[in-house]
Amino acid sequence: MEINAFLKNFADILDDTDAALITQETVFRDLDEWNSLTALSLIAMADEEYSVKLTGDDIKSSDSLNDIFEIIKNKG
Amino acid sequence: MKANIKAISYYLPEEVLSNDLINKEFPEWDIEKISSKTGINSRHISAKDEFSSDMAVKAAERLFAEHNIDKSTIDYLLFCTQSPDYFLPTTACIIQDKLGLNTSIGALDFNLGCSGFVYGLSLAKGLIAGEMAKNVLLITSETYSKFIHHKDKSNKTIFGDAAAATLISSEEGFCSLGKFIFGTDGKGAENLIVKQGGMRFPVSNENEDIHDEYGNVRNDKNLYMNGAEIFNFTGEFVPKLTEAILEKSNLTKEDIDLYIFHQANKYMLNHLRKKIKIPEEKFFIAMEECGNTVSSTIPIALYEAQEQGKLTESKNLILAGFGVGYSWAACNLII
Repeated sequence: MEINAFLKNFADILDDTDAALITQETVFRDLDEWNSLTALSLIAMADEEYSVKLTGDDIKSSDSLNDIFEIIKNKG
Repeated sequence: MKANIKAISYYLPEEVLSNDLINKEFPEWDIEKISSKTGINSRHISAKDEFSSDMAVKAAERLFAEHNIDKSTIDYLLFCTQSPDYFLPTTACIIQDKLGLNTSIGALDFNLGCSGFVYGLSLAKGLIAGEMAKNVLLITSETYSKFIHHKDKSNKTIFGDAAAATLISSEEGFCSLGKFIFGTDGKGAENLIVKQGGMRFPVSNENEDIHDEYGNVRNDKNLYMNGAEIFNFTGEFVPKLTEAILEKSNLTKEDIDLYIFHQANKYMLNHLRKKIKIPEEKFFIAMEECGNTVSSTIPIALYEAQEQGKLTESKNLILAGFGVGYSWAACNLII
C-alpha cells in the first residue's frame, strides 16, 4: 500500500476540494466537504480498494490522512 | 399451501420536508450534493396528532379501495412498528377496531425496523401454511420523525414517515412467497437506538444535548444511529444474506430479475450492489420522494416496481431487509 495512491483515492471521494490540498498532513476534519456522508465514503473506499473495515472509532481517533493511512495499512 | 402477495398500498403523511426546507434550517449543509448521493429529495412527516395506528388505518383503507378488497375476508392482522401508540394495548387491536375488521381475527404487533416487512411476510406464510389464516393483512407503519432531534440534520435528511398495507392470501396474487433466511445479532443494539422511553431508561427531561463530530445534535430520548457501524454491518452481512437466500431457493444470481433491498439510502445501496455484483438494471431503487421509511421501504418499492411495469417481464425477485437490532432477513418471490 502506497501513500500517494491512497491520497488520490481520498481525493476521488471528494467533489469540490482541490486535490492539491490533499496531503499526508491534511486534517480531513477541517475540510469544508467533510461530513457524515464523506466519512461513509472513506469507509467504502477502504473496503473497496484495500478490503479493510475502517470503523467509526478509527476515524474519530485520527487527525491527519496519514493516521488513516497507517490504520488501513496495519489492518490490511 | 402457497402464500401469495395479493395487493399492496401505502400512505405518506401530508407534510413534506423538502430539501429547500432542510437547506434553510442548516445553511452549512450542502443538501443538493447530499441528496445526489443519498437519492432522497423529500420526506413526509406525520402530523403532531398523527400516530402509527392512524397511518396504518389510512394505508389499509387505501388498500381496500384501490384493489377492491372486501375487508370482511381478512382473518389475521400483523402490525409492525417501533413507534406504537401505547405500551399497551397492542396497536393492532386499535387498528382492528378503527378499520372495522371482524372481531374473530387474530391481531398482534411485532417490533422490528428495516427487516420488519420480510419477517412479516414469513409470519403470514406460516399462518397460511399452518391453515390458521387465509387472508393476512400485514401493515408496517413508522413515525421515526417523532424520535429525531430537530437539530439532527443527518437523520432528518434520511428518514421519512410512512405506512404500507400488504395483503397475503392463500388465493392467487401477483407473486408467491418462496424461501426465507433470517439473521440476528444483538451486539449491534446500541448502534441504532432510542435509549429512553422504555422501562430501563424512562424519558428524562434533564437530558443534555450531545453534539457529535459531524455537527448533529441529539440526546438520549432521540433516535441515535452510528452511520459508520451500520454501514460496516450491512457491508459484511448483506452479501452473505444474498448468497444464502439464492442457495436456499435454488437460484443463481442470473436467475433473479429484480432485487429489492431495504431502501436505506442510495449511496449505501450502490455500495452493496457493487459488492454483490448485481447489475444496475436489476437493482430497484425508489426512495426519492419518501426517504428511508424503515419497515415500509420494501413494500413501497415493490408497489412502485409494479407501477413502473418492472414486474411484467420478471419471474424471480429477491427481497432483503436489514438494520436496527441488528436484524436481517431475505426471501424470494415467484411471479
